[in-house]
Amino acid sequence: MATHETHGQHDHNHAHDHAPLPDRDGAWSDAQYLEAAVRELLLEKGILTADEIRRQIEAMDRRSPEQGARVVARAWVDPGYRQRLLQDGTAAVRELGIEIEPVHLIVVENTEREHNLVVCTLCSCYPRNLLGLPPDWYKARAYRSRAVSEPRTVLAEFGTAIPDHVAVRVHDSTADMRYMVLPRRPSGTEGMGEAELAALISRDSMIGVVTLAPPKP
Amino acid sequence: MMSDPHFHSHHDMGGGPAGPVERGEHDYAFWEKRVDALMVLLSSPQRQLIRVDELRRAIESLGPDVYDRLSYYERWIAAISRLMVEKGVLGGAEIDARIADLRRRGVGKT
Repeated sequence: MATHETHGQHDHNHAHDHAPLPDRDGAWSDAQYLEAAVRELLLEKGILTADEIRRQIEAMDRRSPEQGARVVARAWVDPGYRQRLLQDGTAAVRELGIEIEPVHLIVVENTEREHNLVVCTLCSCYPRNLLGLPPDWYKARAYRSRAVSEPRTVLAEFGTAIPDHVAVRVHDSTADMRYMVLPRRPSGTEGMGEAELAALISRDSMIGVVTLAPPKP
Repeated sequence: MMSDPHFHSHHDMGGGPAGPVERGEHDYAFWEKRVDALMVLLSSPQRQLIRVDELRRAIESLGPDVYDRLSYYERWIAAISRLMVEKGVLGGAEIDARIADLRRRGVGKT
């Protein structure tokens, strides 16, 4: 990946691109004090309980791209499921027992002629139930700004070359409408079962920034 | 300049100029997960103290400087506290007093 080789050629008028990463071990930031104050007051007023917060964090930690990978693997092996998934993503995901927020999930399928890429230019809308919490770059200015105006260049920064004869479609998410990419099944996976297939499917392939390579022999 | 401030709010970044995608990622800190949990719980159907559009409005009205200076979950907690004050759930002075109290007790110092 040659992402950083071009670095020097860019003008650096984006000084604010790199949001400070939160402190983990150091002294608290102002935001950490604010969080502690708000949380303590909400607990004291009986609006929330500590147990609820703990359980919510546990639920969050259980979500990972493995959920999305299960959905994709099922769609690869079961044409009927694939059809239902493309027609009504929310219902098809629930069919597998995956809980999903009451948002409209649209699954877009990569084909020989079309590659799909997902962004949220306004904030960070993302199918969290299927992919876990979004990566930092998904929420940062560079991706949000450029994914819609020069998607092929952005894809190249992820090491993804989409041939000219393949259309690139970019989907801009909203709070009420989330997208997930159904990546193409790599060649050389014909004999594989669902679980084996699921292990091949990466988070980034379901955002659309990478394609899946055939498995190494 | 592609992004004309007369047409785009600051958060509306699509098509604007920007550098290369920095692919670094960090594991979420525990306090960030707590902020996320606060939002989910406060917006739960039983409570409905924050709706997602209210969170967005509060984040989008932080102003460009604050928006850029704060990290993602810093924006969220700023927005959540603002909404709790707007709705009369918490008092602004009460929050300030609690922060001062935490600092006085040496919480969060290493």
